[in-house]
Amino acid sequence: MTRISVTVDGTRYEDDVPSRTLLVHHLREQLGKVGTVVGCDTSNCGACTVLMTDPDGVPRGVKSCTVLAVQADGREVTTIEGLGGDHPVQRAFHERHALQCGYCTPGMVMAAVDLLREQPDPSDAQVREGLEGNLCRCTGYQNIVRAVQQAAAELRGNEAAVTQPVGVSGP
Amino acid sequence: MRSAGRSLPRPDLRAKLSGEAVFGADLAEPGMLHVRLLRSVVAHARIVSLDLDAARQVPGVVCVVTAADLADLDPMWGHYVRDRPILADGVVRFAGEIVAAVAAETPAAAAAAVAEIDVEYDELPPLLDVTAAVAPSAPRVHSGPPRPGFACPPSAVFGDGNDFYRWRVAHTRVEPSGAEDKLVTVAHEYAFPAVYQYAMEPHAVIAEHDGDRIRVSSTCQHPFLVREELALLFGLPVDRVRVSVPFIGGGFGSKSYTKMEPVAVAVARQAGRPVKLVNRVEDAMVTTRRHGMRARMRTVADRDGRLVSRDAEIWLDTGAYADNGPTVTMVAGMAAVGPYRWDRVGVDAACVYTNLPPAGSYRGFGAAHLQWIGESQVDELAEILGMDRLQLRRQNLLARGETMIPGTRPIDADLAGDLAAVADRLGWGPPLPGRQGRGISVGVSPAGASHHSQARVELRGDGRVAVRVGTQEIGQGARTVHAQIAAEVLDLPLDRVEVVPTDTGDTPYDRSTGASRSTTVAGLAVQRASEDLRAALLRTAVERWGVDPAVATLAGGRIVAGDRSWAIEEVGACQGHGDAGELAAGGATMPLFWEVCVAGAQVTVDPDTGQIEVRRAVTAADVGRALNPSLVERQDEGCALQVVGNALFEEMRFSEEGVLLNDTLLDYRIPTVADVPHEMACVIIENGDGPGPFGAKGCGESVFGGLVAALVCAVADAGVTVRELPMSPDRVWHAIRSES
Repeated sequence: MTRISVTVDGTRYEDDVPSRTLLVHHLREQLGKVGTVVGCDTSNCGACTVLMTDPDGVPRGVKSCTVLAVQADGREVTTIEGLGGDHPVQRAFHERHALQCGYCTPGMVMAAVDLLREQPDPSDAQVREGLEGNLCRCTGYQNIVRAVQQAAAELRGNEAAVTQPVGVSGP
Repeated sequence: MRSAGRSLPRPDLRAKLSGEAVFGADLAEPGMLHVRLLRSVVAHARIVSLDLDAARQVPGVVCVVTAADLADLDPMWGHYVRDRPILADGVVRFAGEIVAAVAAETPAAAAAAVAEIDVEYDELPPLLDVTAAVAPSAPRVHSGPPRPGFACPPSAVFGDGNDFYRWRVAHTRVEPSGAEDKLVTVAHEYAFPAVYQYAMEPHAVIAEHDGDRIRVSSTCQHPFLVREELALLFGLPVDRVRVSVPFIGGGFGSKSYTKMEPVAVAVARQAGRPVKLVNRVEDAMVTTRRHGMRARMRTVADRDGRLVSRDAEIWLDTGAYADNGPTVTMVAGMAAVGPYRWDRVGVDAACVYTNLPPAGSYRGFGAAHLQWIGESQVDELAEILGMDRLQLRRQNLLARGETMIPGTRPIDADLAGDLAAVADRLGWGPPLPGRQGRGISVGVSPAGASHHSQARVELRGDGRVAVRVGTQEIGQGARTVHAQIAAEVLDLPLDRVEVVPTDTGDTPYDRSTGASRSTTVAGLAVQRASEDLRAALLRTAVERWGVDPAVATLAGGRIVAGDRSWAIEEVGACQGHGDAGELAAGGATMPLFWEVCVAGAQVTVDPDTGQIEVRRAVTAADVGRALNPSLVERQDEGCALQVVGNALFEEMRFSEEGVLLNDTLLDYRIPTVADVPHEMACVIIENGDGPGPFGAKGCGESVFGGLVAALVCAVADAGVTVRELPMSPDRVWHAIRSES
């Protein structure tokens, strides 16, 4: 057992964990944060993506099925549950119908938040590249890209780009 | 209309976006144990010995269950054919078959115990291909005649061989004229690979068996059929089995019928405590998949461009257990016919047992397998005849009211109009230069499955309305559409209608979530239940407040009569019941409706790499009436991307011993955002001709028939003929090399 101290969604938790415990299992089973889901266990699908601060304190997207809980010691972790439900990315995903079953969504949203931190004004190609590590089997990804662009515009304070009505397909 | 027909945002997305949505793996029960399974590592063998002693000694282990513990049951299950043991009994028939199950206090203890189980196999030669399995000398995968399952149609006839089920049509409309020298023929062999549905959430079950009651929470698309099957298996009345369904992380058929529930209940029965069983991707891939297929087809036309006859032989590999294989076989056989005015047609489709993992339903089954074959033969005939491919289709296409297959519902759509709409959007015209190509295809697939759907709509004290209907929300948006239907009939804002999750204990019966039936069939039950509630509300107003029935109406949550009005909740508790049984009135023939599979594609082929780039994918959603146009478009887009995977690169690969080689997402690649076609367009066609609410009919699966075919035809138009899918770069590259 290793004693770790992790701040998750703003709350600090001190726990003894077996050193082989994965962060995603620590979040789900020990802390009850089941909003973060397990998809493939092999870091391919991205459904378990969360933000974790790097040594410089910058929150970065990580696939929590390939991070050990002990690696999160002293770090801050943000899960989908910590975004508050009304984050511009969450709102844009809702308005743009960028999800269907919702299983990829926690990871997809966190990956999008991570992407927009690095690239506040991404091109469509940059959005696609940024989300290539997150799988979705329900959608055609198109509206995920549109939602990320809408959120990007809102985060930049550009209202003009967010007025296209819901449900209207682009060319 | 205020609600129906509008692209309203989906109410269920809020919980999915906040992390509040509870999926199967998130559930827990007090005292719950964790289950891990020992799966066979060989494709076909006798189990010589099974040593469980060491496994039982692992700390935390509560029980280790094998077939020997099920001796008091008839442990065979399967809705169509009762051919599958809960746990392998003396023999394993595929690599991945469940041999033993461990329940322990922690997942780690259960996994450790599984590793301690010692099995000795006496290996037998496996049948890994339909051709080998139907050879006269082939050993039988199952001995004895197939036992019909509880949901087997009474008309089904089974044979004794590995090709245990056949669907055939042999129909002559016009006798041959004898002018055979004027005919042109194309005939080839084809293959479709086994592919994996890949719902992102693998199956998860929580089960409890307390002796005379079973309680299950499961990620299942058909909870009422699961209830029936568990009751049968464990010898309980149906009302002692309760199945509830959490949020489901995708289905596409992979969670249809019964899957992991029997073994979970068997372990819970043994342990005397609740258990949780969660599949991983490698488990899910050997739980169900799409049928691999081989086929031969021959299509004949005359020199005037009249399609004369078609013959097809089809062999679908259903693996070691039937699952929904016979239904897939029937639908594949129907798709082989094609929607044309043949003089003569003959199709013989066989469902074949092999020693591969079982295959069942996957979105668009049958149409995905066969439409591309028939449509590529139409294209080849057009080429030989020097005719435009679209024109050849037009002049042979069945019109509304004409019959494709004797005994089935006549064509109930405007196929020529749908084809024209897609051709127009695709930009049909002179051939494209270089390695570019266009393809277009048309077909129909039987949809609706069954008229057995009921619903109850309840007015609550707070003026909100609860819709109880047994359709599962698997991502397709069924709950949104059902809420819109109720809101429309009751003239309520959408946010006052809630569609309640299913618990078979208090949700009205619904057969299944599949066959594109949720809007059409379950939706009709919701419409009728809402109308029943509406009538009850107005009747109460007439009786209680002396309202003139001729003027009383509902508006915005109030009962309105002239200048007087009352909030609907003033009526008190009130409910309406609805049933879709009217769809079967008058002995109507099946299917309930034909789902139209029309699509077009434009591609570029890179001759140096064999890579296919999808420039355009155009799909037709002939939905009668789009109750939520955005949902229709999203369904077609999502399906189009699954088609890109199935047609261009997805393929389950098995070793020469029958073991799945690519059982992770690293090796089994599905489309990423980088694989999205440059342009995807969904043309919504609303002719108001569906049997569902407000003239609607289902959608969401048809793209599999239409677009696989359009892609194959487009690649052929670009100069590369591929008769075995997927059209992977290596296969395309070799095809290009072999032509030169």
